[in-house]
Amino acid sequence: MITGYFLRQGLNRWIIASLVVILAIGILVPAANLLLPAGHPLHVPSYIVALFGKYLCYALLALSLDLVWGYVGILSLGHGAFFALGGYAMGMYLMRQIGTRGVYGDPTLPDFMVFLNWKELPWFWSGFDQFWFAAIMVMLAPGLLAFVFGWFAFRSRVTGVYLSIITQAMTYALMLAFFRNDMGFGGNNGLTDFKDILGYSIQSDQTRAALFLSSAVALALGVLLVGALGASRYGKLMVAVRDAEDRTRFLGYRPEFVKLFAFTASAVMAGIAGALYVPQVGIINPGEFAPANSIEIVIWTAVGGRGTIIGPIIGAILVNAGKSAFTGLFPEYWLFALGALFIAVTLFLPKGIVGTAMHGWDALQRLRAARRHEEGRHDGPAASQPEAAE
Amino acid sequence: MSETALALAEPDEPDVMTGAEVAASGKPAGHREDTILYLDGVSVSFDGFKAINNLSFLLREGEMRAVIGPNGAGKTTMMDIITGKTRPDEGEVFFNGNVDLTRHDEPAIATMGIGRKFQKPTVFEGHTVDDNLALALSGVRSIFASLAHRRTIEEERRIVEILETTRLSHLRHTSAASLSHGQKQWLEIGMLLAQSPKVLLVDEPVAGMTDAETAETARLLRDIARSHSVVVVEHDMGFVRDLGVKVTCLHEGSVLSEGTIDHVSADPKVIEVYLGR
Ligand SMILES: Nc1ncnc2c1ncn2[C@@H]1O[C@H](COP(=O)(O)OP(=O)(O)OP(=O)(O)O)[C@@H](O)[C@H]1O
Ligand SMILES: [Mg+2]
Repeated sequence: MITGYFLRQGLNRWIIASLVVILAIGILVPAANLLLPAGHPLHVPSYIVALFGKYLCYALLALSLDLVWGYVGILSLGHGAFFALGGYAMGMYLMRQIGTRGVYGDPTLPDFMVFLNWKELPWFWSGFDQFWFAAIMVMLAPGLLAFVFGWFAFRSRVTGVYLSIITQAMTYALMLAFFRNDMGFGGNNGLTDFKDILGYSIQSDQTRAALFLSSAVALALGVLLVGALGASRYGKLMVAVRDAEDRTRFLGYRPEFVKLFAFTASAVMAGIAGALYVPQVGIINPGEFAPANSIEIVIWTAVGGRGTIIGPIIGAILVNAGKSAFTGLFPEYWLFALGALFIAVTLFLPKGIVGTAMHGWDALQRLRAARRHEEGRHDGPAASQPEAAE
Repeated sequence: MSETALALAEPDEPDVMTGAEVAASGKPAGHREDTILYLDGVSVSFDGFKAINNLSFLLREGEMRAVIGPNGAGKTTMMDIITGKTRPDEGEVFFNGNVDLTRHDEPAIATMGIGRKFQKPTVFEGHTVDDNLALALSGVRSIFASLAHRRTIEEERRIVEILETTRLSHLRHTSAASLSHGQKQWLEIGMLLAQSPKVLLVDEPVAGMTDAETAETARLLRDIARSHSVVVVEHDMGFVRDLGVKVTCLHEGSVLSEGTIDHVSADPKVIEVYLGR
């Protein structure tokens, strides 16, 4: 068991280290793509930049799930919905940048609306020609959904498996809704054929480099946020709610609000991840709402180690790199491999990769402390517990 | 507060009612205004089963009361009703003489000053002893305040004080999960103190403790009772005798007998349903 004492000391160091690594990757990878000539041994090809940019978004998504699952104990099986909503908000902005370059050449209506014989833009598409408006919507749409959903679910004290099931139902319902053409989000095909973002061609290496760097910065900010929340008194409260929700109530806390705050913040993070993902993959469609996607996020987080900060990031990157490699070799067996991985981690590494490593490190520290204690016995117990107020 | 505390020091209170008197009157003795807890005519049933049946119970400010009774007598359910976990079907439940507890929920009741230790010790196992106490400390309760809160010197002082009172100082930075059963009970009592409540409801504090720990706990509770009102539920008659306070025996959801320990343990009804078994 990791004591809070070690956690506090160890965590800050880990957070700083991971921030440095993330930002270094964010700068070095695009630089190696843009600045080094194609033949250079350290040159990073463009498709790798796109691929790893996608992984960074997945990592942010896994981190957002970790905030609710790892810290507050809410197993959301619908986090893909918040990711997809952020993605759609960004997709709507990108659609409106196409302008007359669409197949039908309509200056305001996206192609699919012309195809459906719509005469004017639905009201909920207005404003999306402005980047700032879309950027707000990227956070507001998932945040609002999470707030309203959480308000009802947490206040009626829905917990555990039941909560997981209704989050899954939520993303499934949204998938069905977005599949319908008359919802006005492009139905089956979703939103695609993007041309520009902020006036820059979405295909160019420079834009891709900027998107990669933005994803790395977003991930770093996510790490900072989760780290700061985790270290605050609110962070302790989150863990308390996770471990003994009822007890917090009898101490005078309102666990439903503790959950609501984390759930909403987490949904906003997931939305931002989705918004950065869409321009890098060039499409958003209702498939992103698929329940299986949300379950995959849970697997990444479990593999890396929930309740740790870098665990979900490592899990998301490793599993997705594995997926890319595996689907290249045996495409039809990937789901079996994923299932087997999940079972193996649950059985052999219940704390995940990072959780297990931290556990080992902590045990080592305690062993050392015990040995030191043996040697300097006469110090007395008071001397071994120096700690100032927080 | 000090007068009542002094009165408590007297082992044989002159105004203790006998069980027969309580049963005969059917109404709790005394005025609601003089009480810190006042339950009258309270009933609650679960799927038709009456767990609490026309229960009347009152506690004066500064008083410590021991509650005994066979399994299923409704002792824990009574605490559930006081703390807002269970709503009574009928009856009055008042705190401080004038606050109707049936209109408030658990967090509201807790912040009013009613603290509770559970029958099964529940501490936050993912946290250290120190963090458990810090979370219990009265004060910051809103989300936004807790985001920015830094521990104050006063809070630090209170934690150190509670650690000493509960003899957990040497375990301050130990994870609560690795405490012994008895230590967890003590930590939970410490968390209760940290809340600085007016009333402490303590459900089976010595279950699973060694004799030495039990004696220590009695000492601790007597100490706490000097400045708080306390209700202690316990099966351990030796421990109850050690507390040296008025005893209420519950049976099938209502008061069977009430008075001094000698009076209650000599009551034939109590012997029949509880002690004689
Ligand atoms: N939420 C509930 N739903 C259904 N029945 C309940 C509930 N709470 C308590 N009961 C029942 O009410 C009765 C009184 O239970 P309670 O826990 O108050 O007894 P107790 O006096 O604390 O007993 P013990 O000494 O075993 O702790 C029991 O029969 C119990 O099964
Ligand atoms: Mg009980």
